[in-house]
Amino acid sequence: MRKKRKAAAKKYTSRVFSALVYLFLYAPIAVVILFSFNTSRRNVLFEGFTLDWYKQMATNHALLESFGNTLAVAGVSTLIATVIGTLTAIAMFRYKFRGKTIIDLLLYIPVVIPEIVLGIALLSVFSLVHVPLGLGSMIVAHVTFQIPFVVFTVRARLSGFDRSIEEAAMDLGANRVRVLTGITIPIIAPGIVSGAVLAFTLSIDDIIISFFTTGARSTTFPLKIMELVRSGVSPDVYALSTIIILATFVVVLISQISVYKANQRALKSKYKEKQK
Amino acid sequence: MQDRHTFRKKTVPLITMISPVTAWLILLIALPLLYILVISFCGTDDAHNIVFHFTLKNYAKLFDPTILSIYSNSLVIALLTTVICILVAYPFAYIMASTTPFRKTLMMIFLMLPFWTNSIIRLYSWRTLLGTNGYVNLLLLKIGLIQQPIEMLFTRGAVVLGMVYTLLPFMVLPLHTVIDKLDGGLHEASSDLGAKPVKTFLHITLPLTAPGIFAGSIMVFIPCLGYFFVSNLMGGGTSQLIGNVISRQFKEAFNWPYGAALAIMLILITLLLVRIYTKTGGKIDDLGVM
Repeated sequence: MRKKRKAAAKKYTSRVFSALVYLFLYAPIAVVILFSFNTSRRNVLFEGFTLDWYKQMATNHALLESFGNTLAVAGVSTLIATVIGTLTAIAMFRYKFRGKTIIDLLLYIPVVIPEIVLGIALLSVFSLVHVPLGLGSMIVAHVTFQIPFVVFTVRARLSGFDRSIEEAAMDLGANRVRVLTGITIPIIAPGIVSGAVLAFTLSIDDIIISFFTTGARSTTFPLKIMELVRSGVSPDVYALSTIIILATFVVVLISQISVYKANQRALKSKYKEKQK
Repeated sequence: MQDRHTFRKKTVPLITMISPVTAWLILLIALPLLYILVISFCGTDDAHNIVFHFTLKNYAKLFDPTILSIYSNSLVIALLTTVICILVAYPFAYIMASTTPFRKTLMMIFLMLPFWTNSIIRLYSWRTLLGTNGYVNLLLLKIGLIQQPIEMLFTRGAVVLGMVYTLLPFMVLPLHTVIDKLDGGLHEASSDLGAKPVKTFLHITLPLTAPGIFAGSIMVFIPCLGYFFVSNLMGGGTSQLIGNVISRQFKEAFNWPYGAALAIMLILITLLLVRIYTKTGGKIDDLGVM
């Protein structure tokens, strides 16, 4: 009896504790969504419901442009980083070569050192060789910190890869490029996709590296918000953020549910095989 | 013949696959870091241009009392953040590990979900919550915990809160990995042999999960030193971090050599911490995201 009551108490405290953690994580998001419908311009208390900020946001060209820049930088840099990172991961998995440990070491640097160090180092070099600061320099900078994350994610996927499949394809007459595009890449595709998604989100949310590597005229959405903080962020920024947040939630939830279902299916078929 | 074969079979594809990353890493990681090491020993002229002559004055300036106090403030904030993250993330990861697989997946998704969205705007809305007339103050007044609204924003506490908010998942993930792998049998054996839960925790669970605590601590502590935007947003300039000083040198004061010297110090602190981490048996691989 006492044991039962103890277990119930434990369950109860666990639930309260997790609920508090989620409250902590989601309260600010609730504020963003709630205050995007607020009649008052000052983000202090909720005073009444309006959709005006959504209308205002739709005509706020500076804001929309900054968001467009964010998407452009993230899209292009993710594409470059995914190609380079995937090739690197495959090459490092397949071959032993001199300098491999050095590449490995250099890949860890952006993961471990504070972002600000990479930011100022890139800024210094860009100014040394007179690279104009803007979207281009920002893309180069983003690729730099994205590459390691793509390499590590793809490498994790490759660790279970059976190389004899590649050899079999070669024996059957497929050439090297055909093996890469027809066999290796499709098999490690889930790793490539999750690496690319990670790289994309890191880029979209990046503040520090962008802060140092962009020019005066091209700003991103996070940088725009930083800039607005001094004068006060008006609720149209909340309106745009609400749309982005809800869109992200839908995409992430759908993808996670499909991953979960795929895993369950895999488990079930394994179980059935065992039964046979 | 044999050589030509290896050349075609190995060398050509290897070079095609590895040269982009090699060029990128050398030109955009190795050289820039070497370059800031070089300019940290340089001076500037009146127009803020870098003058290449050897000097140690940027490093001498690091021992300025105001800078030393910023360093200690930075370290205190990073330490507080790390400790709070451990205290929150440990039980949370434990709960996550002991629930059903479906709930575990749900808990993980809803833990990561906020971090897929813009961190600046989430941080900014804490200002609404914590303001003098904000909801947190209203709630505390209503339940009678305080008589007058308290100033929570623009304090060191607010900066720590912002850091914990931004970095918490980086503590939960490695902790979840180690706690999930714990063998329930050990736990049972310990209690069967008469150990009290506290003793079991201190002698069995804690040592076995220590690698996760260390990995999480590194992943939380190091970014804290550089996250100047958290201090800008939540501290409003009252609580300066090393990151704030560095960013000011590059964006406002235009004393790049001095900023570079500060950054070199930050690298040294990072290397020291990572060295301690690997010396105590930590794996570098555990420091990545996911």
